[in-house]
Order: sequence, then C-alpha cells, then structure tokens
Amino acid sequence: MDDPYKILGVARSASADDVRRAYRKLAKTHHPDLNPGNAKAEDVFKAVSAANDLLSDPGKRARFDRGEIDAAGQPSAPQGSYHDHADGEAGQRYSRESEHFGGWSDEGFADMFGSVFRGARNRGAEARARGGDEHYSLETDFLSAVNGATRRLTLPDGRALNAKIPPGTLDGQVLRLRGQGGEGWNGGPAGDALIEIHVTPHAFFSRVGQDIRLDLPVTVAEAVLGGFVETPTPGGPVRVRVPPHSDTGSELRLRGRGVPKHGSQPAGDLLATLRVRLGPPDPALDAFMKSWTRETPFNPRSAMETLP
Amino acid sequence: MISQQGLLAQLPRLPQQDLERWIAFEWVRADGVPGRYIFQEIDVARVRLILELRDELEVNEAALPVVLLLLDQLYDLRRQMLVLQQGVGSGAGV
Repeated sequence: MDDPYKILGVARSASADDVRRAYRKLAKTHHPDLNPGNAKAEDVFKAVSAANDLLSDPGKRARFDRGEIDAAGQPSAPQGSYHDHADGEAGQRYSRESEHFGGWSDEGFADMFGSVFRGARNRGAEARARGGDEHYSLETDFLSAVNGATRRLTLPDGRALNAKIPPGTLDGQVLRLRGQGGEGWNGGPAGDALIEIHVTPHAFFSRVGQDIRLDLPVTVAEAVLGGFVETPTPGGPVRVRVPPHSDTGSELRLRGRGVPKHGSQPAGDLLATLRVRLGPPDPALDAFMKSWTRETPFNPRSAMETLP
Repeated sequence: MISQQGLLAQLPRLPQQDLERWIAFEWVRADGVPGRYIFQEIDVARVRLILELRDELEVNEAALPVVLLLLDQLYDLRRQMLVLQQGVGSGAGV
C-alpha cells in the first residue's frame, strides 16, 4: 500500500479531525455502494479505508510514524457490500418500481423482454397460494454451533424433523427448512419452517467472528520457564508451547484452531490469553519468595505513576 | 437469515431503537413481527449501509430517505439493465 498520508491527502502533522474530514470527503465520492459496477471507485475506497484505519488509530499511527509497521494493514473492504445483493434478484426487495407512475419498465422496449420482467412481478401472486412460514427456536450448546450438529425437532403437530446446524452457526442465525411450514392453499406449495438458533455460552470458550478466545491458566513455573501445556480447543485438546517469560495477558495464537472452515469462510484461530495462577498456599513458594531479590528492578505500577 | 437479536449482537454500535425506527420508516424491510424480526442477507447489508451513510458519510436521518430513494432507483435501473443485457446477449446468440 502507498503512503496513507498521500492517499488521504493530508500532511504528516494532520490532526485526528483533519484525517477524519479527509476520509469522509473521499468516502462520500468513492463508496462502492454509491458507485456500483465501478471497480476503480471500489479500489480507491479500499485504499482510503485502509489508510483511515491506520491513521485514525493513534497507536497504529504512532507505530507507522516510527517505522515499526508498514502501511500494509488489513484493507477493510466495506462489510457485506450492499451492491452485491442489490444488483441481483434479492434487490427486488427494495424495488421502487411500484412507486413510479408507469415507469419505463412497464412499457416501451422493456416489453421486448417482457416475460423476463413479468416473471419477476408475478411472484407476488404465487406467494399468496403458498403456505405460511412457521417460526421455531432451538437452543444449542456452544460447541455444537461451532462444529455443527444435527438436532431432532418435534413440531407441535407431532411431526419430527432433523435440523442440521451447519458448522460456524452464530447465535440468532435462522435455519430454513423448505416445505416444512404451513400447508399451501389453492394447490400452492407449503411454507418453510424457520428455526432460530440460540447458542448457550460456553464455560471457557467465547467466539469473536471466526476466532475462539479462552483464558488459559498457567502455573508460575510455566510462565517463567516456558514449556508445553495442553489447551482445550473446539476440535479437542492440543499441546501448545508457552514461551519462557510469558506473563498474564500474553496471547498465544493457534492458527486454524478456532471455528472450523465452513462455506467460503476459512478456519479461524484459537486465541489463548495466559493467566498466571499461584495455586493454593505453598510453604516452599513462601520461603523462596522471602529469599528472592530481583537482579533487575521492576515496578509493575510505573505506568500509573505518570498519570494524574 | 438472522434474528433481530443476532443482528444487534453483530453491530454493537447500532442501538435497538434506531433499527426499529428504520424498520418503521420502511428503510429496512424485515420479516416477522416487532421484537422478533428476521433479516435476509440483503437486509443486513442495507442496515450496514444505512449505518455507514449516517455515521461515516454524514448523511443525517432527515436526508436519508432521499438518498435511499435515489439508490433504490439506481439499483432498479441496474437490475433492468442487467436483464436487458442478458436478453440482448442471448438474442444475439440465436
């Protein structure tokens, strides 16, 4: 990536407000949802967003200025671009055609391909004969949602269904079982069963996007000397190397040990945050601490003393 | 598809009353009933877009209906154009 200051057109001395103003000005012109089909606008917007991500974060900006990191950050494309959906059939959901008074699509040359358009418009009539969707909710444990599972559901009318919870399912996600809802009328098809998944929290795992976080307790000796410890992961326990001189708060990243790969999503990582545990009182530890003096002085509260 | 609760969990900077107001204004079309709305992928993308327009691009809520109306018409035209292109394309192949 090029110099983020150049991309936003601001001086290296620019204030946070200058950066935000410059970003907004460029974003307003180049936002990809306002410029659908314009690949250049999308590229510019990505570069502008990445530059803004870097320069709007005081920590990252300082590290960039000191040369500690280069400009190649995560180019944060706008999430779930609206234009990808709106250009397709799904975009019909937000159509304003019915608000036009005889818009051009109702007459003129659009009628040359009339059947294509009419096909889209007749779907409303078809839907009226379709059975209603029925809503259910299904509670599932954390690991079943992460790894995927099959659940047997008994519906109020006595029918039993197998609901396949795909790997990587999020709390609140809705599964659609086609044709398992209310019966159709006028010979129409049955509606769908919509099953909202509720994921119960896990005792020590938590999910952040595709990554799984946990606090990994270690002993004083493991933290100081390093060593191998076993950590749980959603796919089963894994031995992980704790580097010597790790501290509470140190983070270990186990690549690919988070939420497993599903669909187009690559597998996430397991992020283990170390927590040093002293364990129950131990006379030998007490005796050792009494006899121990540091060779290098250390005040863990030094950062607090400079603040008011 | 995702529930209202799931969507709000994904977008911590979106207050629930904002989302419900946008649905009431029909800026976002959700299925289901108030409090138990269900969102399709396009609805989620639209919620993100509205949030971005308002918070990043400084389009305040008073101006948003105008922007959304124009955007929706832009995409209506684009979809029609894409269909026409396909029609012309397949016609040329015959």
